[in-house]
Amino acid sequence: MKWEQVMGLEVHLQLATQTKIFSGAANRFGAEPNRQACAVDLGMPGMLPVVNELAVKYAVMFGLSIDAAIGKRSVFDRKNYFYPDSPKGYQISQFFEPIVGEGSFTIPMPDGSTFPIRITRAHLEEDAGKSVHDAFAGQTGIDLNRAGTPLLEIVTEPDFRTAEQAVAYLKALHSLVTTLGISDGNMAEGSMRCDINLSLRAEGSDELGTRTEIKNVNSFRFVERAIGVEAERQRDILEDGGRIVQETRLYDADNNETRSMRSKEVANDYRYFPEPDLLPIIIDETYIETLRATLPELPGPKRQRFVQHYALSDYDAALLASERTLAAYFEAVTASCGEAKLAANWILGDLSAALNREDIGINQCPVTPEALAGLILRIADNTLSSKLAKQVFEGLWRGQGSAEDIIEAQGLEQVSDSGVLEAMIDEVIANNPAQVVQYKAADEGKRKKLSGFFVGQIMKASKGQANPQLLSTLLIKKLDR
Amino acid sequence: MTHTDLCYASATTLSGMLDNRDLSAVELTEHCLARIKRFDSQLNSVITLTEEQALVAAQAADQRRAVGEATPLTGIPLLHKDIFCTAGVKTTCASRMLQEFKPPYDATVVAKLSAAGAVTLGKTNMDEFAMGASNETSFFGAVANPWDTTRVPGGSSGGSAAAVAAGFAPLSTGTDTGGSIRQPAALCGITGLKPTYGRISRLGIIAFASSLDQAGPMARSAEDAAMMLNAMCGVDSGDSTSADVSVPDFTASLNRPIAGLRIGLPREYFGGDLDPDLAAHIHKALSELEAEGAQLVDIDLPHTRQAIATYYVIAPAEASANLSRYDGVRFGHRCDNPVDLMDLYERSRSEGFGAEVQRRILVGTYALSAGFYDAYFKKAQQVRRVISDDFQRAFSQVDVIAGPTAPSIAFHHGEKAADPIAMYMEDVYTLSVNLAGLPGMSVPAGLINGMPIGLQLIGRAFDEQTLLRAGHFFQQRTDWHTQRPTLAGTSS
Amino acid sequence: MSITPADIAQVASLARLKIPEDALQDVTDRFGRILELVDELQQVDTTGVDPMSNPHDMQQRLRADEITETNARERLQSVAPAVDQGYFLVPRVID
Repeated sequence: MKWEQVMGLEVHLQLATQTKIFSGAANRFGAEPNRQACAVDLGMPGMLPVVNELAVKYAVMFGLSIDAAIGKRSVFDRKNYFYPDSPKGYQISQFFEPIVGEGSFTIPMPDGSTFPIRITRAHLEEDAGKSVHDAFAGQTGIDLNRAGTPLLEIVTEPDFRTAEQAVAYLKALHSLVTTLGISDGNMAEGSMRCDINLSLRAEGSDELGTRTEIKNVNSFRFVERAIGVEAERQRDILEDGGRIVQETRLYDADNNETRSMRSKEVANDYRYFPEPDLLPIIIDETYIETLRATLPELPGPKRQRFVQHYALSDYDAALLASERTLAAYFEAVTASCGEAKLAANWILGDLSAALNREDIGINQCPVTPEALAGLILRIADNTLSSKLAKQVFEGLWRGQGSAEDIIEAQGLEQVSDSGVLEAMIDEVIANNPAQVVQYKAADEGKRKKLSGFFVGQIMKASKGQANPQLLSTLLIKKLDR
Repeated sequence: MTHTDLCYASATTLSGMLDNRDLSAVELTEHCLARIKRFDSQLNSVITLTEEQALVAAQAADQRRAVGEATPLTGIPLLHKDIFCTAGVKTTCASRMLQEFKPPYDATVVAKLSAAGAVTLGKTNMDEFAMGASNETSFFGAVANPWDTTRVPGGSSGGSAAAVAAGFAPLSTGTDTGGSIRQPAALCGITGLKPTYGRISRLGIIAFASSLDQAGPMARSAEDAAMMLNAMCGVDSGDSTSADVSVPDFTASLNRPIAGLRIGLPREYFGGDLDPDLAAHIHKALSELEAEGAQLVDIDLPHTRQAIATYYVIAPAEASANLSRYDGVRFGHRCDNPVDLMDLYERSRSEGFGAEVQRRILVGTYALSAGFYDAYFKKAQQVRRVISDDFQRAFSQVDVIAGPTAPSIAFHHGEKAADPIAMYMEDVYTLSVNLAGLPGMSVPAGLINGMPIGLQLIGRAFDEQTLLRAGHFFQQRTDWHTQRPTLAGTSS
Repeated sequence: MSITPADIAQVASLARLKIPEDALQDVTDRFGRILELVDELQQVDTTGVDPMSNPHDMQQRLRADEITETNARERLQSVAPAVDQGYFLVPRVID
């Protein structure tokens, strides 16, 4: 039988606020254990939560960016469960009336196509603390620094069919929330964690199969792998006539497998009820419209604009629009040189390669947009061949001044004087009579290949500075004579 | 002034004496401490006495008086119910769970009263986690009623009520979730006010039921309660449910005449079950207000009976979650040598909580659990609105609602302990006020068989002034509030 | 609907309470009486009535995103039953 994978994703996004969602303790990654957990975060007797306005604002910004219905009245609820990283014995979340309702999201796929998915809801809640299992003999250590970190939980409909789609969604979501500036999106530090609900069904069926939930997958690569191995596990069970148990599973990256989470196996009854320590959050139209007006240009519209306005390919546009700083860099280069296509090629090509090599972000790039634009202008006016341009770029990267400075200092200007080139051609022809004979004897098809020998010789003689197009034209003319 | 007279002087009188240097705060504090040490073995009303800190605070108060920076409360001794967190001072909630708990912070109310210069003498006994109406559920033992030590003082603020009635301090703090200030005030013959929900910050008060809990003053007169309330109120940025409403000077309007005040008498409060003797006393008390020009009007609060059911779903449900934080991990009782996490939770909690607390956690957990939420919790929240609407309707006809505070005089220890339902009925006249979030006050209104009874006055939201005014006028015409119990070993 | 000792044991487990075997029947009986009382709720017609979570129709005030709490670990952990190197300790938990 052919099986179809059906997946819905839940992303827990840590919001980039200064403080916790319900307390004034700092919200920063990496502090010493329990140094950023105040009495409220610890659930000390008599302590009460107060809602952080920035967390609310960020949630609304997200909602607006996916055209979702914003809950004009949203309510916090208590989700009751005992676990040592949940200090109050309940998590403050939103169950009945979330702040963000249904929305939609268009995902660019790697092949340049797009794919729409539906967002079910997004709600605010507090993060839990962390357990440390291996530092104490027979004991687990609890660090509550993370407890109370604002989370936006973003839930999709079961609209995904492939791991590729799931990863594309996560990348697009990452791009969206970092463009909005509501999260740093740092997956390695847990700022963006993904739960995957996955089931299989016979292809063509409309019914959903029994699903499992894979918790806390924390990189794009692991998402892809976790889906692969879990789908395979379910397929094996189904093909053997077995049944899928609805359960929570954990992706074990070391062994590339999913396994049942025993701690979550006890039947949960979360006993949600409205949090009586908090009151409804009322959001009015003015607030929404004010926020809407200040939203930055989002990756989707930006992508379309790049295609239309700069005539970029869908692929290049999607890549450039996915990161706010990258897009800004591109636009600065283009504004300075007027060569959008070349700018895109250079940014996505040599510049990105160099950034990757040094493992730095575009905001730490040593080459300013103006400097890159200067290089591109010299390419556009044929001063530099692509080979020479690479050499100049390395100079820019190493801080050897502007493109002009480097060209002059290294004498890299392209030789486009036909008189000079013709003299060089004549010399090479004169020194290599055998190759000339061979060339002349060859048919049209082979001649092109044989001309390469002469081009190589002349490039060598010109230290690579010969204008290749002009050289090619002049050489053929002389050889064919 | 004799020692006893001094200990029974009103806070208002004492404030004047301190102002005139007829008395120092240190002297007054020493008198109160001495009285507590001499007599509390009969009552068990105080869990922790903070003698040294009290004397330091009293000295500071005297200095403040000397430099003319005093408030009316500066140098006035008071006791805090042991549900208010006091920095560095044991705050037990009368539970084994918090037997040794010293919070690293003060409740907002504690901080405000201290800032006003009040001198904290110690922490009073109570029903465990404020769950009870007799002060018999305390881990530190039952409290005795100073009027008859074989009887209960009421609860849950029983220690605070008994202490004020016994002259240990002119003022004490209480909290009221379903009647826990008003019912013990009635049973001990003192004045107790539960303000409007949101009037006083809940920050630092150990939560029982978050949407019902409210702190308030317990005193020997409406006038003293007004003075104390002035220092307790106000919006608190740390409590989202504290109301951002203006706070009047509650003492300023005490003498405004009550002529024309319309007082509603709910038929349901004076119906079948009410003890005729008690009813007669309440009617007699109301006639005093009538004599001041108030009009008595019969009204209906048709869901008075169902308020009990409503309360005993909502309060336990909220409590079941509020008490989940007591898990033996970060504070509070932890069982010995837990074998695993479940064992840590189950034994710490079962050892740390008493029977009534566990019972309410069970009821609340049940009411919220899958399949029962709609039938119990949601239904109770709907009925809560129906009850609130009943009050709204009544207050379109009247300014104040009056009736008995409790259905009987203080009962004997053990009398109702076996039957949770009988105990729950103690709050039949008080708990609907919490459901509606309204202010309610109990003032002494007579003695039956030598035991005090209380008249309850219920007001519109944020209209404590009218209650205090009515109470004050009543106390100008009567002397029930100045009656004193006789403690063994004294002549008065 | 009557409640059984097994139901009570289940609720107790959810609430992380341990009821001794020999007390279970008594707890169940008392619980049953409370449920009878609570069932009086059903006498009230609440068709179309909005549930009331809080006494006043107030709305949430929001807090500015400013750090007001600094490290207080030593003070807060002074009341903790078991801590080591800044961590709260619990019996080993297996995921």
